[in-house]
Amino acid sequence: MTTLTLLAADGEFQAPGPEIFNFPPLYAGAPEWLNKPAILAVVGALIVCVFAWTAFAKPKLVPRGVQNIGEYGYTFVRDQCARPFLGKDAERWMPLLLSIFLLILLWNFFGVIPVLQLPVNSHIAFPIIFAVTVYVIKIYLGIKHQGGIGYFKNMMFPPGLPKAVYVLMAPLELISNLVLAPFTHAVRLFANMFAGHLILAFFASVGFHFLFEQLTPLGAPLGLVGFVMTTIMTGFEIFIQFLQAFLFTMLAAMYIGGSLHADH
Amino acid sequence: MTLAATLLAAEENNPLIPHTYELVIGGLAFLLVFIVVGKILTPRIQKTLAERTEAIEGGIQKAEDAQAEAQATLQQYRDQLSEARQEAARLREEAREQGAQIKAELREEAQAEARRIVEAAHAQIEADKAQALAQLRAEIGRLSTDLAGRIVGESLEDEARQRRVVDRFLDELEGSGTAVR
Repeated sequence: MTTLTLLAADGEFQAPGPEIFNFPPLYAGAPEWLNKPAILAVVGALIVCVFAWTAFAKPKLVPRGVQNIGEYGYTFVRDQCARPFLGKDAERWMPLLLSIFLLILLWNFFGVIPVLQLPVNSHIAFPIIFAVTVYVIKIYLGIKHQGGIGYFKNMMFPPGLPKAVYVLMAPLELISNLVLAPFTHAVRLFANMFAGHLILAFFASVGFHFLFEQLTPLGAPLGLVGFVMTTIMTGFEIFIQFLQAFLFTMLAAMYIGGSLHADH
Repeated sequence: MTLAATLLAAEENNPLIPHTYELVIGGLAFLLVFIVVGKILTPRIQKTLAERTEAIEGGIQKAEDAQAEAQATLQQYRDQLSEARQEAARLREEAREQGAQIKAELREEAQAEARRIVEAAHAQIEADKAQALAQLRAEIGRLSTDLAGRIVGESLEDEARQRRVVDRFLDELEGSGTAVR
């Protein structure tokens, strides 16, 4: 960080790289884990709890204020994520799905909230937590509801295909379900947040560098482009942040639903 | 030197390798949210939403019941109304029939009474006539005898004879009267 700033001060524009995701401990002598993403993660969790508490602690038959917003979120997750994949089991899995959705959504939004400006999920550890949780539940439910052998048989040998196809199909399905699915589940969220943050940081630093640090007639238009693009990309990023939270929750519901009923 | 250190640090901070402490913090944060939001709060809102659905469905049910009841009452009133109308029509018809009957009876009675009066009058007249005739006959007999006695100057003493003469005379008189008629 300090090296970069020094380099930039020399006059050469330096595009931000993956090192912008590295944060030192909050203050000198603080433990290694006490840094910005860790603080944001905890603060985010607390905000979600407080928000949900305000909305749902004493729910009224006729909703008012925060309860309206909370109910909007609840019915969104229930109708868009849970019910399409879980059907009548939707209500039973709503506690997990709603927790996942709200926490991911807020952690993502931290990427565009001024001052905070770091999507917590751009650190892969956090998406991994969610993905592993869902993965463990998925395997457990699959074996519980379809039997130890049945689960893998349903997974690897979906009925209604010519026998020869299974030679190719069975190992692919096994790898896809047991290795690739949880991996992509976590990485999709992580990579979107990571790339989004990088893009925002890039355009922001272009604008900052060419409009404030090195204001030249030639560089100014470029700085303006960087500024405008930062604004546009922030809007786009909000959309992506919401979309990824939604997608992650939907996939979680899909995996759980797939384990409850062998549907293929 | 510093650049190399940064590169080394970047190498250590491979974004695809999670930090252990972040896993722990993330796990705890998620656990907290799951307990508070998932375990404590979600059931509450689920209960409220279910209650709301029930209340709305109950309200709809209630409204439907009320409407059905109103419909039934209306139907009942309509039935009663039409029944009353039929009853009224029936009563009118009956009254008319009764009126006609009474009228006919009265007329019959009046005619019978008139007939009876006429008959009684006839009988009276007949009787009067007969009585008058009988009286007249006796009177005429006596007058005629007197007259005849006076004319012939002798009293017809023989009562039986006298009567025979008178009767004959009267019969002749009647016979001629009848013939004349």
